[in-house]
Amino acid sequence: MVASKSADSAGASGQGAPARPHLPGGRFAGGGSIGGQLVRIALLGLFTALGVWAVLPLYVGGNWWGIGLVVAVVGLVYRVYLSRRTVPAKYLLPGVLFLVAFQVLPVLYTMSTSVTNLSDGHRGDKQQAIASIEAYSVTSSADAEEYTLTVATTGAPETGELVFLLTDSEGDTYAGTEEGLSGLDGATVEPSGKVTEAFGHTILSPAQVNARSDELQEFAVPTGEGTGIRSSGLSTAFEGSATRVYDEACDCVTDTATGTVYHADDERGAFYDESGERLAQGWQVGVGFDNFARFLFNPTFASSFFTILVWNIAFAVSVTFLVFVLGLAIALTLHAPRLRGKVAYRVLVVLPYAMSSLAMFLLWRDMFNTDFGLFNRVLGLEVDWLGDPWTARAAVILANVWLGYPYMFLVATGALQAIPRELGQAAQIDGASAWQSFRHVTLPLLMVAMTPILIATFAFNFNNFNAVWLISQGGPFSPDNPTAGATDLLITYTYRLAFNEATAQYGYAAALSVMIFLIVSVLSVISLSRSSALKEVD
Amino acid sequence: MAVDTPGTVRAPYRRTTGVRLGLWARGNGWRHLVMLVVVAFALFPVMFVVSAALNPLGTLSSAQLWPSGASLDNAADLFRDTPFATWYTNSLFFAVTNAAVTVLFSALAAYAFSRMRFRGRRVGLLGLLVIQMFPQFLAIVAIYLMFTNIGEYYPVIGFDTRWGLLLVYLGGALSINTWLMKGFFDTVPKELDESAQMDGASHAQVFFRIMLPLVTPVLAIVALLVFIATINEFLMASVFLRDTDAKTLGLGLYQLVASQRNANFGMFAVGAIMLSLPTLAVFWFLQRYITEGLTAGAVKG
Repeated sequence: MVASKSADSAGASGQGAPARPHLPGGRFAGGGSIGGQLVRIALLGLFTALGVWAVLPLYVGGNWWGIGLVVAVVGLVYRVYLSRRTVPAKYLLPGVLFLVAFQVLPVLYTMSTSVTNLSDGHRGDKQQAIASIEAYSVTSSADAEEYTLTVATTGAPETGELVFLLTDSEGDTYAGTEEGLSGLDGATVEPSGKVTEAFGHTILSPAQVNARSDELQEFAVPTGEGTGIRSSGLSTAFEGSATRVYDEACDCVTDTATGTVYHADDERGAFYDESGERLAQGWQVGVGFDNFARFLFNPTFASSFFTILVWNIAFAVSVTFLVFVLGLAIALTLHAPRLRGKVAYRVLVVLPYAMSSLAMFLLWRDMFNTDFGLFNRVLGLEVDWLGDPWTARAAVILANVWLGYPYMFLVATGALQAIPRELGQAAQIDGASAWQSFRHVTLPLLMVAMTPILIATFAFNFNNFNAVWLISQGGPFSPDNPTAGATDLLITYTYRLAFNEATAQYGYAAALSVMIFLIVSVLSVISLSRSSALKEVD
Repeated sequence: MAVDTPGTVRAPYRRTTGVRLGLWARGNGWRHLVMLVVVAFALFPVMFVVSAALNPLGTLSSAQLWPSGASLDNAADLFRDTPFATWYTNSLFFAVTNAAVTVLFSALAAYAFSRMRFRGRRVGLLGLLVIQMFPQFLAIVAIYLMFTNIGEYYPVIGFDTRWGLLLVYLGGALSINTWLMKGFFDTVPKELDESAQMDGASHAQVFFRIMLPLVTPVLAIVALLVFIATINEFLMASVFLRDTDAKTLGLGLYQLVASQRNANFGMFAVGAIMLSLPTLAVFWFLQRYITEGLTAGAVKG
């Protein structure tokens, strides 16, 4: 009914279209109206300005590849929108530019990261690792230059990258980061030498500095060959020379205080001494398929991975199945002519879908809370729902069914309305029972329309990060394996490895992402080849 | 009955209560019973959150299914103790901007795919399907590393900024939604835009003046889907927005109950309702398109 109504209105405006005033310009005039031309010029001008804005910081930073890229993109936009022959490209370019920049490139970048050991301790290249090793080992010498230190950050006070704002004895100010020292202009400096305001930096309060004192201990600003600036206390810093010095001849780092020699291992990306001890600062190297081999063949990681994979599939299948059955059952129940209150039922049943799912997941989590949760209080139980693997799994599935069935209900209702009622009636006249006519007539027709939706629902739930993270954070965790929880999906596991562990393992997390991609692709290709979706493309 | 032809006289017939009940149950009665259960299942969490929002004590342990009292203390606390207005504005900014731009980009691309024949069309359409299998958030590590670099050159689009995250969201503008739109565009008769072209319309005029008004339902449904997806997005936002003032309402609520689950539950409940209101409103205004838009994709499959 709904469909036919708005199809009518669409038809009405369609008939109205030719009655509009004549559109100026000849057929295939290309340029279109004067207004269109003005809009085009304005947009291109705006885009050029954006390009200039983008080039400036790259020019300052001397990033010629970046400049080349910006120029290429601006050139492409000009070519597409000034030429008359590239009509399809004019329509595709805006979306495609974003798609390439923020989806295709990240995917390729993920793939290239997955074969490296990129992680905390293996971030930059070898030169940076050497610079920071030397800077960290800086100790004060007698004639060391002293600075008044103000600790600042370029990001959030709790987590942003630290910056040392330094004032020397002559009152000149500098900004020191892990990369090196640079001049700082336009800072407001107190007579004591403390900086109170500096553009682009947030000054940390003493309490905030205290909270990050561990980081401060390890922070050093490299200033040259074997020298660096470190803090001593919260408000002074000194420049000194390194006790650990790199020697290119032997490709090794020697600790002058202890005499230990650390040799570079270019396969593992770190400096190792005789006994296998490594220096904390390493560099990024390619490790081939080691990351993949780790979760496929290493006993500990492989058992986490395959347990999670099995639960991941079970989760997606059971949610999809339950949601489909419940949605279809409700749709069938309401699929009756002259049912009183049908509209009211429909609105109430769809309500979970219209609520914010993010907030509702958190709500379900709190309803399952052991001490204060609704379920335990109403049922008079003391069950630790999210503490036991099986109740936690059931809880996650239940919450997802609650949130997911209205969508299935809407789709099933639409599909049911498209099936002529006469078909079922004819079967019943021929002697089929209500169940038989549903099973053999309605359901097969329904499945034609529903299969793509079911595949999409499955794929969505396979990677349903919110559903698990917001309810159980992947937990409960068994004591012998604190990284992989009972309700963990591959995606929450990956997220925890990359962002929620003490040491971020980007390379390994990227390898897992690629693996998820492969699994989803295989599942989708199998299911798509069974449906007819691909035949549409002609 | 009113439609009874005059003249026919019905014998007075009274059904007993039992017979009536049986007939009712065999007719539509069982449907009402089933629906009652379903509605109870659908509504109890919603009732709980509303009741917790009104609960004067504002704790999880004191919240009941049915409100025990009504006060706006929780709402007042939320406004006073948290940057609620900022969070809310952030959430709406992302949802509205992303929905609007995605609909525009997707419609532009769908028009090209539906009405024009060009080299790479088939590859492009299939490519869109393939890239769907690698959801953007799987590349979150790479996006994070990319924006660590980008943020150094352009702090305006770095972490803790609106524009940075919005750019990432827009990377997903062309997606399965473009397929949905293309399917709908295909149902608009070609003669309409051909005749307009004969009348001298440029391709842009055909698109904006003829196509767009005809495909409103699918535009509405894509806007709705994107709006809902964005306002509930957690993964990307949690990586990008770490500063308290930069957070979206969803992240803020998460933080609120992460630390003080019991005590802050009342405030959380108010926030949850506020976060759902825009979605409910969008649903209400677009309801006539919903069934049609959702099933358009389904029937095409």
